[in-house]
Amino acid sequence: MSDLRRTPLFEAHQQLGGRLVPFAGFELPVSYGSILEEHAAVRERAGLFDVSHMGQLHLDGPGATAAVEWLMSCPVATLRPGRVRYGCLCNEAGGVVDDVTVYRLADEHWFLCVNASNIEKDYRWIVRHTPAGVEVRDRSAETALLALQGPASAAVLAACSNVDLGALPRFAFTHAKLGASEALVSRTGYTGSDGFELYCDAADALALWQTLCLAGAAHGLAPAGLGARDTLRLEAALPLYGHELDDETSPLEARLDRFVKLGGAPFLGGEAIARRRQAGHRKLLAGFELTERGVARAGCVLAQSGAEVGVVTSGAPSPTLQKSIGLGYVPPALAEPGTRLDVMVRGRALAAQVVRTPFVRGPVRVARKGDTRG
Amino acid sequence: MADYDIPQELRYTREDEWVRIEGERVVLGVTDYAQQQLGDIVFVELPAVGATVERGEPFGVVESVKAVADLFGPVSGRVVEVNATLAEQPELVNQDCYGDGWMLVLEPDDPAEIEDLLVAGDYRQHVKDRAD
Repeated sequence: MSDLRRTPLFEAHQQLGGRLVPFAGFELPVSYGSILEEHAAVRERAGLFDVSHMGQLHLDGPGATAAVEWLMSCPVATLRPGRVRYGCLCNEAGGVVDDVTVYRLADEHWFLCVNASNIEKDYRWIVRHTPAGVEVRDRSAETALLALQGPASAAVLAACSNVDLGALPRFAFTHAKLGASEALVSRTGYTGSDGFELYCDAADALALWQTLCLAGAAHGLAPAGLGARDTLRLEAALPLYGHELDDETSPLEARLDRFVKLGGAPFLGGEAIARRRQAGHRKLLAGFELTERGVARAGCVLAQSGAEVGVVTSGAPSPTLQKSIGLGYVPPALAEPGTRLDVMVRGRALAAQVVRTPFVRGPVRVARKGDTRG
Repeated sequence: MADYDIPQELRYTREDEWVRIEGERVVLGVTDYAQQQLGDIVFVELPAVGATVERGEPFGVVESVKAVADLFGPVSGRVVEVNATLAEQPELVNQDCYGDGWMLVLEPDDPAEIEDLLVAGDYRQHVKDRAD
């Protein structure tokens, strides 16, 4: 495992008994004991994740806003400093280079939080499609990212910060001091529950982690690993790059219509995305649940009447629903809720049914006007 | 090495099944090491009574939230009892892998095969070798 990178919190994970596994080139905890307990902590109280493996790419200087508007599938010029939006970087063929959150720090200063496995690809992509006057910097290595997620998250922050972060709207961010650590605090997340993402200097990561653990103790906060992160995001039907999204798949096939500004400002890949929609998509992402015992996993074939119709992109037992759920691509006619499908698991057909997503609607606060994602 | 319960009186496979000899029959399940490695178990797929199990061949599957693991026959034999409770309560494998989390009772074809299984000390070494 010597070629794997470590986050600034590696020793903390070891001390907590984290089961460390390779993920996107990093050595990260899949869980500290029980994925189910960590999942429940996030849904019911609060969980703390180290997601420092994720990348931060900054665009700074005159023309940065126009560059980000051209690069992103979602509208960004209307975003005020202090606001975040989710969207995709798309290629000329309408496929997804990456799905990212984009932060407006100042008029002409932005950063994109990108998937760890795509940092280098995204950096090259952005540099290639950004005018010379805009400085593009990869600040991933010097930036740590903690995700504090769950209904008690605001209370945890209230116990250790100098700013009323509970008043922060969803998809907004601000700077705050937590204990002795400075952080950029964003009301965003990847779990379907309320929560915050906290960016800080890598050198401050351990102090911030400890501050949050200490403040969270009274609220039942638990450190949580990649395993719970995956079951939580799947219940919320949030896509994972490399599973639901890739360089070939259109964001519309992945049902990300809300984050694609067709008819709005032109953007890289927009014409191809519109053309592909016009021609009719051959596949659409659908959520399904198993109606019998078993677990559908990524890679399982989806079938109907014995004929292969698609493939599972993500699948897991849902701890909240106590049944197996999954996402997969099927022909548009089979993506309607109520459609019966079979999931092929070890040569057996397990009965499944297409359902509406998200599978679990988190008790997230009512989205405010202007939010792009509830 | 983390702490794993490896009872002295049981025999073991290299694939992390345990076997307890009860007269002419053997009871089997997965070890503490296996259940800890898998994490929260959510589904156990076992053969029916009357089915045959082959030594070293997969006879069932254990699924945790994150992983899938095959179960391998410690000895060849016929299934005479199945722990049906595991269909409803697969978490028993995590909670009590040597007790209520048992999986099958087999009637071995050749009781001499049991002698080929690892004793506790050798199994402990096998676990340790993989942890290092």
